[in-house]
Amino acid sequence: MTKRQLTLLAVALLLVAWGFLPEFTITMLNYIGLYALVAVGLVMLTGVAGMTSFGQAAFVGLGAYATAWFCTAPAGAALFGLSPGSVALPWIGLAAGLLLSAAVAWCLGAVTLRLSGHYLPLGTIAWGLSLYFLFGNLEFLGGHTGLAGLPALSVAGFELRSVRELGLLTWAVLLLTLWALHNLLDSREGRAIRALKTGRVMAESMGVDTARYRIKVFVLAALLAGLSGWMYAHLQRFVNPTPFNLNIGIEYLFMAVVGGAGHLWGALLGAALITLMKQYLQDILPSLLGSSGNFEVIVFGLLMLLVLQRFSDGLWPSLARRVNRYLKAPPAASKGAGDALAQRPLPERGSVVLDATAVSKRFGGLLANNNVDLQVRSGEIHALIGPNGAGKSTFFNMISGVDDPTSGSVRLLGRDMRAQASRVFAAVGLARTFQHVRLLGNRSVLDNVALGAHLRGHSGWIASMLRLDRAEEAALMREATRQIERCGLAPQLHETAASLALGQQRIVEIARALAARPSVLLLDEPAAGLPYMEKQALARLLSQLREEGMAILVVEHDMEFVMNIADRITVLEFGQVIARGTPAEVQVNPKVLAAYLGGADGEVTP
Amino acid sequence: MDGQVALLLAQDGIVNGAVYALMALALVLVFSVTKVIFIPQGEFVAFGALTMALLQAGRAPGTLWLLLALAAVTLLVESVRHQRGVAVDWKSTAFWAVLLPSLAALLVLLLRPTSMFGQAATTLLVITPLGPLVYRLAYRPLADATVLTLLIVSVALHGVLVGLGLLFFGAEGSRTSAFSELRLELGGIPVSGQSLVVMGVASLLVVGMFLFFERTIIGKALRATAMNRIGARLMGIPTELSGDLSFALAALIGGVSGLLIAPLTTVYYDTGFLIGLKGFVAAIIGGLTSYPLALFGALLVGLLESYSSFWASAFKEVIVFTLIIPVLWWRSLHSHHVEDEE
Repeated sequence: MTKRQLTLLAVALLLVAWGFLPEFTITMLNYIGLYALVAVGLVMLTGVAGMTSFGQAAFVGLGAYATAWFCTAPAGAALFGLSPGSVALPWIGLAAGLLLSAAVAWCLGAVTLRLSGHYLPLGTIAWGLSLYFLFGNLEFLGGHTGLAGLPALSVAGFELRSVRELGLLTWAVLLLTLWALHNLLDSREGRAIRALKTGRVMAESMGVDTARYRIKVFVLAALLAGLSGWMYAHLQRFVNPTPFNLNIGIEYLFMAVVGGAGHLWGALLGAALITLMKQYLQDILPSLLGSSGNFEVIVFGLLMLLVLQRFSDGLWPSLARRVNRYLKAPPAASKGAGDALAQRPLPERGSVVLDATAVSKRFGGLLANNNVDLQVRSGEIHALIGPNGAGKSTFFNMISGVDDPTSGSVRLLGRDMRAQASRVFAAVGLARTFQHVRLLGNRSVLDNVALGAHLRGHSGWIASMLRLDRAEEAALMREATRQIERCGLAPQLHETAASLALGQQRIVEIARALAARPSVLLLDEPAAGLPYMEKQALARLLSQLREEGMAILVVEHDMEFVMNIADRITVLEFGQVIARGTPAEVQVNPKVLAAYLGGADGEVTP
Repeated sequence: MDGQVALLLAQDGIVNGAVYALMALALVLVFSVTKVIFIPQGEFVAFGALTMALLQAGRAPGTLWLLLALAAVTLLVESVRHQRGVAVDWKSTAFWAVLLPSLAALLVLLLRPTSMFGQAATTLLVITPLGPLVYRLAYRPLADATVLTLLIVSVALHGVLVGLGLLFFGAEGSRTSAFSELRLELGGIPVSGQSLVVMGVASLLVVGMFLFFERTIIGKALRATAMNRIGARLMGIPTELSGDLSFALAALIGGVSGLLIAPLTTVYYDTGFLIGLKGFVAAIIGGLTSYPLALFGALLVGLLESYSSFWASAFKEVIVFTLIIPVLWWRSLHSHHVEDEE
């Protein structure tokens, strides 16, 4: 049996059993479904994208109060010219709730997501508290007593009066959501989302607008919470502020973390565990402790500490490992036919593609680069060398948009790139590797390389969720596979990036850069850590790329490697250009010899 | 609002602001040294206030049992670590997990001080070691985790401590007798001696902390650890002790704040959370790194709260916590390059 078949079987069993299960079980299942919907948003946010929110309960509250107000306030119905009690009102409430949730999430995200990661959660604590006080103090929302008398939902003429009927809707929505999110994560957009957690600098260099993606993930999580709130309101038939306060927001996070914040199904597991435990603890703790109160939070908190210290990925991975032993691996994805990716024409051979003029960078009192001029032409390999601390990496960061020069200009394919982010450099046609390898360690080599081709695909989130992106996805995968094969890593295609030797990881970075089909390729110490044979292979690959007309700028310490492949060399020392020319010219330049052999911090071939 | 009312509100705001300033100070300290965003800071305030109230009522507070339990578990954990071959610093362990808890138990159970200052000292002796013990049990095993994970731990810990607070102190609030019964008239407005005590003690603590960080070798070592952990370790600073110390200071500051506010307002088991969060708003104004900006933020929060309680008392919490949004927006204007999270 495969994983997919097991899932379908479980869903079918649930559907068959739905009519026979006792009322209490159905009620619990209903709540588990509603909570899991919120928790799965937190899984996307926390485990996948590396952010978090303690204020999801407030979004649930927005969804619930929006529909409650439209369904109960005469003014709400009058706004749309409907009579009170119209069956359309809950749907207007739904739209309003989702709109509100998205708007609030967008604003919160816009002000916090450009800052360090902990500002969003702190912002959501404040927001969760504020909204709770606001709900409790607004007259038209019924203050602390809330709003009562919500109608039952009716879907296509069927009234969902009982818990059993409404539960079907809850679980249908939940399962569809899980399916859509699973599809989303398994797509071009999903790869970009996964990079948000640990690889933002890298993702930006591949053309991903990470701030925008972060906001979108946060809005998505808020929408799921709002949707859950809408169903919750029509299940309860009344709303008051209590279920939407900060403590509940924290409980939602417990669900995601305990279940397994990196796994969609972990949300369901966590929601089920916490809901059942809460039910059980609320029964036994008061008799155990002799007084009544919110004591389950002590147990939840300790459980959470234990999980974070001992099973930092939550409980789902352990469960999945056990079950996976009995499951067949899914059939390998067929390569399938698909459109070819658009090929950007390379610039004319010999034309200047990257032009840095008088670039200077000052860090406080340190002048790391002083009036550096450098031109890279298409169809040539240009090497930038210099002793350690000469300012090579600083210069690299400035010509790739990771940092801005203090003065001077950088032109890429004729465009002035002043104050542009690195994703714009990528869009214009530059790809780079990093000196300190930046790969997503727990993703496969294929996934990592496919991220390089991000800008060559165009399917959005909705298309990815609905699997409308398959042709493009197949083309992206084919392109990534081709680049990996070309770099000689075909045997490692499906291994995780972290399991490779450091030298191989550098090659993965090159394959990722090539997947972008750049006009300019920047390589930061590509040969470091490579054995002799593989260095030879890398040299052959770079020569081949040069023949194709790519412009290549390489920073490298391995002099033999550099002198063999470079057409021209620029030598930096103490932030200044001390020599430039062909390898033969540079090798006999007295300044270069002094820098490498005469200086106290000189360094020859490592 | 006439001038008199305005001045009264300002006085109120400054007194509250002083307490928020202490919170912000502790939060910035803990964050800069350990990367922990210490949400449960406010719980020390409630624990301090309610422990004092129980001592004044002649009863043994539950926080003592918590302290003894944490001390026992810490000793157990350290022995297990020792068995596994980890180098355990037994000197500091003995200090935090044996000496101070025993002293606290001795004071609470046998000596039972009746003077105000004796009881205050006892309270602080119960509360202060809670900091390092909580640090060792909850955070130290995750020392290499991300800020985000540590924050989630903080929130879990907050839940545990609030739940325990309810268990120890019940749902009813308490108020303690004031340190000073003095009543003054300054420029036509009445000033209570207790508010002067709050402002005086808060200023003393701020100045004391400043001197500690600027003038003492331990303070400088803490600052060095905050700036560059590995570098500090290479210079021979025992960085693992810095966690103990910063959490002890945070707990001490929390306990003192609790003692200061308990005579002014009724403290409930969950009052501390809101106080701590307002300290957070202040600390965030300082970017969680700048002490002077955080102090300024604390006064701003205090004043904003006291004036909004006059204009729109039902919405004062909403207004105070919403302040965080423009503050964050203002801070976000200064950052436009993407950096990876540590």
